Amino acid sequence: MSYPLLLTGSILLFALYIWGMYNRLVVLKNRIDEAWSGIKVQLTRRADLIPNLVNTVKGYAKHEKQVFEDVTKARSQLMSAGSVSEVQKAQSGMTAALKSLFAVAEAYPQLRASENFQQLQKELSDTEDKIAYSRQFYNSNVLSYNSQLQQFPTTVLAGMFHFTSKDYFQMDEKKEEPVAVSFE
Amino acid sequence: MNVYSEIAGNKTKTYVALAIFFLLASSVLYVLGKAMGMAGPGLFLFAFLISMGVNVVSYYYSDKIVLKLHNAKEADREQYFDLYTVTENLAIAAGIPKPRVYIIQESAPNAFATGRDYKHSIVVVTTGLLELLDRRELEGVIAHELSHIKNYDMLLMTVVSIVVGLIVYATDFFMRAQWFRNSDDDNRQGALWVVLALIMAIIAPLAATLLQLAISRKREFLADASGAYITRNPEGLASALEKLSLSSVPTMSSATNATAHLFFENPFGSDKGSKKSWLVNMFSTHPPLAERIAKLRTM
Repeated sequence: MSYPLLLTGSILLFALYIWGMYNRLVVLKNRIDEAWSGIKVQLTRRADLIPNLVNTVKGYAKHEKQVFEDVTKARSQLMSAGSVSEVQKAQSGMTAALKSLFAVAEAYPQLRASENFQQLQKELSDTEDKIAYSRQFYNSNVLSYNSQLQQFPTTVLAGMFHFTSKDYFQMDEKKEEPVAVSFE
Repeated sequence: MNVYSEIAGNKTKTYVALAIFFLLASSVLYVLGKAMGMAGPGLFLFAFLISMGVNVVSYYYSDKIVLKLHNAKEADREQYFDLYTVTENLAIAAGIPKPRVYIIQESAPNAFATGRDYKHSIVVVTTGLLELLDRRELEGVIAHELSHIKNYDMLLMTVVSIVVGLIVYATDFFMRAQWFRNSDDDNRQGALWVVLALIMAIIAPLAATLLQLAISRKREFLADASGAYITRNPEGLASALEKLSLSSVPTMSSATNATAHLFFENPFGSDKGSKKSWLVNMFSTHPPLAERIAKLRTM
């Protein structure tokens, strides 16, 4: 085989290698975006349950205005949050507000006994599970993207094309406990 | 041993088993071919086509066939809230579309998953299982089933049983062909191959079946480990298996040999209770419960 042919061949192979590496990064990055929209779906689901919940509690505990305001405020903050860190913050606020709402509900046995309230509690704790699992899926995608990004030789290419590592979606550990649910 | 090394270990063991398996298959065909002379290749192709046909059909329609066989009904969200939502949630965690969920009216606690790809996958559980387990334990079982789907175990086991079928049919054809042998065209070397082929024809189908079962058991361990990775809670499945080992209704009335490997736990209950010998284990589709529980508890 002649020398120029060999040279062209190896340049071609190298270009193919770079091409593959670049596309791999794009795929991994898009998976993170997809996982992120998965989290948003679950957060919206939770937000949709809130007005219903507030109305049910209101029916039995009209004068607990402060709690309702907190929850409604937390909900609108969560709805308007865009970036990962914003959502993270709004999410903790929401969990705290819901916690105090359920603490209030504890004082009203009739409310706790109502079928509607129990159903909402069940839905809500299931949604908490869904949020937790979609967060886990998101983080595992971030893990594989970041590991790919930081490995040699991808890290060189990533620097050239301005790929940057992504943040994990974290939750405030103290506030992460599931909403207290009791079915007495 | 942690989850990662457990997953990697079981994958490697599957590859090793597969390699031995294809080595066995090709040496059987080689020896039979030598013994049969010209008639060999045509017959092997015939054996391959039969085996392929049978297995591809059962793979392609696995969901429909199994549902019919066990008379399963689709679970609705209201009535089976925990089952439905647990499956939904774990599908989110595993990053696969939610499989359809079915119920079998059956007091023996068991579950299985099948289907040719993510879109056609189904998870089936018995009412006995739902009565026995709480939500966290159910999560463990469903995560195990979703792992089978995610690891493409249906496809793997289909490929394996195509090769087993090939060996079984080829050796069977060979044995039948011996009746019509013309003793005139024998020479000394040919006779040696025939003797060798006869020995192989007796041993190979059994060996292939044992290897198939070994692969199946490795995939069970793998599904346990990847299930634990999905839920981040190996104790859920461990405690579910423990309850199963203590349950008093051991056997499934509607299980057949054809569907046994699908189940989350051996549907015939052969490894219930006391420790069984290695010989019994060798012929099981599933590893012993005690061993699975012990492995999960170390993760």
